[in-house]
Amino acid sequence: MADLHRKLERSAIRFMLAIIAVASIGGLVEIAPLFTIGSTVEAAPDMRVYTPLEVAGRNIYMREGCYACHSQMIRSLRDEVERYGPYSLAVESKYDHPMLWGSKRTGPDLARIGEKYSDAWQVAHLNNPRDVVPQSIMPAYRWLLRTPLRTDDLGRHLAALRTVGVPYTDEMVANAPIDAYGQSAPDGDKARGVTERYGKATHVRAFDGNPGELTEMDALVAYLQILGGLTDAARKTDQTALGE
Amino acid sequence: MTKLTVTERQIGLIICLVVAAIGLAMAAAGRGEPFGVQGFTVLLLALALSGFIIARWDAPPPDRSLLEHYYDDPTKVGIVLTMFWAVIAMFVGVWVAALLAWPELTFDAAWASFGRLRPVHTSGVIFGFGGNALIATSFHVLQRTSRARLPDQLSPWFVLIGYNLFCIVAASGYLLGITQSKEYAEPEWYADLWLVIVWIVYFLIFVRTLARRKEPHIYVANWYYMAFILVVAILHIVNNLAVPISFGSAKSYSAFSGVQDAMTQWWYGHNAVAFFLTSGFLGMMYYYLPKRAGRPIFSYPLSLISFWGITFMYMWAGSHHLHYTALPQWVQTLGMTFSLVLLVPSWASAGNALATLNGAWHKVRDDATLRFMMVAAVFYGLSTFEGSFMAIRAVNSVSHYTDWTIGHVHGGALGWVAMITFGSIYALVPWMWKRPAIYSPKLVEVHFWLALSGTIVYVFSMWNSGIIQGLMWRTYNENGTLAYSFLDTVEAMHPYYIARTFGGLLFLLGAIVGTYNVLMTIRQARLERGVEAGGEVDLPLGRPAALPGE
Repeated sequence: MADLHRKLERSAIRFMLAIIAVASIGGLVEIAPLFTIGSTVEAAPDMRVYTPLEVAGRNIYMREGCYACHSQMIRSLRDEVERYGPYSLAVESKYDHPMLWGSKRTGPDLARIGEKYSDAWQVAHLNNPRDVVPQSIMPAYRWLLRTPLRTDDLGRHLAALRTVGVPYTDEMVANAPIDAYGQSAPDGDKARGVTERYGKATHVRAFDGNPGELTEMDALVAYLQILGGLTDAARKTDQTALGE
Repeated sequence: MTKLTVTERQIGLIICLVVAAIGLAMAAAGRGEPFGVQGFTVLLLALALSGFIIARWDAPPPDRSLLEHYYDDPTKVGIVLTMFWAVIAMFVGVWVAALLAWPELTFDAAWASFGRLRPVHTSGVIFGFGGNALIATSFHVLQRTSRARLPDQLSPWFVLIGYNLFCIVAASGYLLGITQSKEYAEPEWYADLWLVIVWIVYFLIFVRTLARRKEPHIYVANWYYMAFILVVAILHIVNNLAVPISFGSAKSYSAFSGVQDAMTQWWYGHNAVAFFLTSGFLGMMYYYLPKRAGRPIFSYPLSLISFWGITFMYMWAGSHHLHYTALPQWVQTLGMTFSLVLLVPSWASAGNALATLNGAWHKVRDDATLRFMMVAAVFYGLSTFEGSFMAIRAVNSVSHYTDWTIGHVHGGALGWVAMITFGSIYALVPWMWKRPAIYSPKLVEVHFWLALSGTIVYVFSMWNSGIIQGLMWRTYNENGTLAYSFLDTVEAMHPYYIARTFGGLLFLLGAIVGTYNVLMTIRQARLERGVEAGGEVDLPLGRPAALPGE
């Protein structure tokens, strides 16, 4: 063995090829089958895609690094299910490019935060968490309310997402900026297009409390309020077999 | 720079101007956007470098005798950059630690909030500090153990400066809100592409130097450096596959989603630890520790076991980051199994390093530089044991999502990565600047104790907070309901967050002391050279390379 190796270590190219071969095996065995084994991701016919406003909100969530302190992955453990709700299924993040499962809970899990609190609470909390939760150590995101949301490029965002596999239609891509406005102005004429394209259950509300202006706060709250709400699959699965 | 040949100066200037043009195009495409700011950053840095080259354009070209010496200038600059990034990134680390204890320290500025600063700390430490240390030492070790000069003088500069351009674009991008949100792979598509180009040149330097080596065998340290370069390339390219929304925008969407993305990300994330923070630094250890101790490596078979064990098994272990998640259980089980077996090659390395010190323990007592390396090997052993332990599903159910993970990471990053780097740099600096010793051995001693006490305070406070929080989350009262709200657990963390900030501060102070010591050594060398009025002398080629363990 050692003699064989003494030969190997005399050739740089052969040594490098050996490194590549040896190091590739683990990834190939563990990752490639996840794309081919059908049962890896459950079926969820009721699942909808994110609206343009929710996509914009998701991007703000990533931009501000929310994922560094909040997970979006409820593990199949009894205390987690009791604290946060049904454990997360793979299908629930099927359209998440990239996923935001997170790795640390400095704050609580957000996989099912949608509709748990009112829009007004979310706005007040994001603006300054200590106004509503005195012991909170979350940063205050005061600039969200005063920053207008950029919408003109949302069509390109949806188009890129379609390239990587999210089933957006041409109509969705073409109407992306309009739908972003429509979703936050329930009484305006653009609201109907949103529910036509994304389903009747889509939240159409002035998320930041001001229907006139579209802010980053609108987008982020719209995203938070849909978390756990794209599909009902998790609530429909049998979740009795839990770890302790 | 005056050692560059005329052709090298010309090519260097062309590269700078091409990069400047790219920066200009980015600035134009991203007018008024963070992407434009990134473009201006690239443009300014490239123009400054062009000016630097032009200012030395007429310097007399080097004569051929230069080729008979090792080329160490990039290593010297790399050492200074390493210390510079250490201070910056650890300062940001102390800052974000303080933010968790005192959340109002953000001054209502987006760039100063925890979420944007945190990747500046992690990337700054891993890529800025760690990466520069690896590049600087790898050029040094590669030449000495091959008894061959670097193949040319331009490409090492391209790698070093290009790599730092990547780090600057990445860190400033986070502050502007540009991130892919993939942990430890946050830089966006254009920075990722640039790093691929830099990395290919880095790889070619290794291939070209090894091809001209005068030692028949490739020394162990180079196996690790090669594994570091090759596997990090694979990980980086696969995990960062993404579709940008346009070539005039910073934003891209990952090619992967959901569970496949999670597995790809932690295959990357865990092996960034393996091949960046372990393999590369083991390469450092295998050269500088035996050199400083004056002892050959204890065992060749142990080197073999640890090298191939780490290279093969680490790649399976990433899924232990995803226990009890929506990742299929067979992948979790594979990850856990390999994580446990991984302890064998890990301890083979740590044991090999410590056994090498047999016969030199009196030096460990007297020489803080060697003690840095010894303690690093000990922390390497402890961290890898802890890592295997935490990969067990039942343990992970408590530790995951808590500060225990943070404590584990810092046991490795402070105790292992930073300590082996400081030890190696203290050994390397007098050699590079041709001094009999470092400016102040006393200050090395001070640095050692600051670093060790800082690490211990940090790790113990995070163990406490992590285990407390993990247990509080799953505590039930006699009615069979959860005993603590999430907020209760946040409040319980407060004293530990203060303690952790203090531990980090100690470590930062140590890094500042170390930087001062390195800079003063360089200053001394400069002053002395001024007195002698001699030009810079290179170390002659073909010095006995003293291959330990061969």
